[in-house]
Amino acid sequence: MNAPAHATHATHATAGVGDTAGARVVTDALDTTHGAVLYLDDITVSFDGFKALNKLTLDIDVGELRCVIGPNGAGKTTMMDVITGKTRPDNGQVFFGQTIDLTRLSEAQIAHAGIGRKFQKPTVFEHHTVFENLELAMKADKRVRQSLFARLSSEQRDRIAEMLRQIRLTDSADREAGLLSHGQKQWLEIGMLLMQEPKLLLLDEPVAGMSDDETERTAELFLSLAGKHSLVVVEHDMAFVEIIARKVTVLHEGSVLAEGKMSDVQNDQRVIEVYLGR
Amino acid sequence: MSGPLTSAFTRLYGAKGWSVLAVCGTVLFVLFPLLNLVVPPHSEFHVSAYWITLIGKIMCYAIVALAMDLIWGYCGILSLGHGLFFALGGYAMGMYLMRQIGRDGQYASELPDFMVFLDWRELPWHWWNTDSFLWTLLLIVAVPGVLAYVFGYFAFRSRIKGVYFSIITQALTYAAMLLFFRNETGFGGNNGFTDFKRILGHAITTPQTRMVLFTLTGAVLIGTLLLGRYLVTSKFGRVLAAIRDAEQRVMFCGYNTLHYKLFVWTLSAVLCGVAGALYVPQVGIINPSEMSPANSIEIAIWVAVGGRGTLSGAIVGAAVVNGAKSFFTQFLPEYWLFVLGLMFILVTLFMPNGIVGLLRGKAFKGRRA
Repeated sequence: MNAPAHATHATHATAGVGDTAGARVVTDALDTTHGAVLYLDDITVSFDGFKALNKLTLDIDVGELRCVIGPNGAGKTTMMDVITGKTRPDNGQVFFGQTIDLTRLSEAQIAHAGIGRKFQKPTVFEHHTVFENLELAMKADKRVRQSLFARLSSEQRDRIAEMLRQIRLTDSADREAGLLSHGQKQWLEIGMLLMQEPKLLLLDEPVAGMSDDETERTAELFLSLAGKHSLVVVEHDMAFVEIIARKVTVLHEGSVLAEGKMSDVQNDQRVIEVYLGR
Repeated sequence: MSGPLTSAFTRLYGAKGWSVLAVCGTVLFVLFPLLNLVVPPHSEFHVSAYWITLIGKIMCYAIVALAMDLIWGYCGILSLGHGLFFALGGYAMGMYLMRQIGRDGQYASELPDFMVFLDWRELPWHWWNTDSFLWTLLLIVAVPGVLAYVFGYFAFRSRIKGVYFSIITQALTYAAMLLFFRNETGFGGNNGFTDFKRILGHAITTPQTRMVLFTLTGAVLIGTLLLGRYLVTSKFGRVLAAIRDAEQRVMFCGYNTLHYKLFVWTLSAVLCGVAGALYVPQVGIINPSEMSPANSIEIAIWVAVGGRGTLSGAIVGAAVVNGAKSFFTQFLPEYWLFVLGLMFILVTLFMPNGIVGLLRGKAFKGRRA
């Protein structure tokens, strides 16, 4: 698809199929002229014969907040693995914008292209301070030589301070991240994602283990992010999904079972069967 | 240019740290030379050649421990093959020292004695230019560096981690040891190199030459410490520690962790090579036993005893374990291995952060220098 644009990209991709290309800053040349930021087309992934994803086709629009739900083993996490380069699909295409073929890039390159991912289990750097966590995540030239001589500019310090305010961790800036509560770690991880200035955020169960109050604030945060970023939220907490969802995709056995507004999906007979039937 | 550089340098330590370093520097560069060279041998204050050699040797080990700590303590990569890089640096220096013997060997030949003994007529190709000191310096850095780079590239690219990586490094040093044991390899077989006479034309056993080697080792040790300190307090060091704690997160943050690991791994190997090159002229021998797996494991023990993830800990660990080793192998030789094993078990059980961790008290959690 899209031959000329793809060719310009190919130089970049071949240079770094393995790891020889550094983690350089990719310019903001994401081509989203067709309105979609992410296309998954006919993706199949199998592990020892078990099809974790089965001809999955999905696309996410620019600025969209999409919720993905589905029972355990539906392929939600595998889908994120494919998008972020952790798992290579056996078949199918993954495009970021019109031109960036994600199946040919490494994890670091995908992160640089503008996709941020929050894991199911909050993963922050436990022995670093909250401030340092944000510093490491911040969008910058992340090659070795630059890291050896990097000094924070005052603009960068301001940005970190601003993010600390946004995720309500200003008072904990100098604490070790390992000492934060579970909910705070989730927020810190979201903050780290935002420091990368991603165009697309993948959030795997972002409110797991959060108090009601924290969940509510997270919902507010996500709603405020939609529009500026595209978000894909995988979540089990239906109450949370109901608050934030505009469009919901239901995955089942590795492919899309239903897609649409939350109320429609909830009344879909097949969805009810999958969730309650057996 | 010098402004920011100087300030980056002075920032490495606080007032206390610099004072401690200044005291260590004074002891190494002023006190020991005075007590060894100026104070007459019959005086009670005289420091004998034995002590100079022993402390010089331990300082070489401390450089190795620092190198080990950079990759293990800070980046979470446990190498059980660092003895190999140390030995390669040592062999590079050894070749030069063999050439410096000239015709003063047993067989009065231009060739090293073991080659005459093997009835070789000329130097093998890899001895080319080894009579040049500059070339030797290049070999000391390049041989461990290139080997580590190539090995590391393939190992890290294949994402070999943890115990698998450790086992492969162990196999690597073992394979090299078997190779160097063979006479055909051209490194003196199981006897290795010894009977050195001169270095840069100076007799190698005079107190003056020994003292130069001693202070040079001290300077390299302090230089390595400062370099390590710079690395671990920079953003680079924070990325390393992040790789140790959550490598996947680091990748998803947009860092190519391969390059980070490869850089610190290669640097670590080069530092070991330099330490080996300083070790050989002071100790007077290099042979393949330096590559034995047990030697490399011992390096890890030094760091664990002193305190992983603290640079001062690596130095303390190397000094304590090797100090104890000298004592026991001299007075209670049959007990040394038991003591070493016991030390390792006790540290693992009761002092997870090593001696330095213990000294810093229970509040110690930082794991950063």
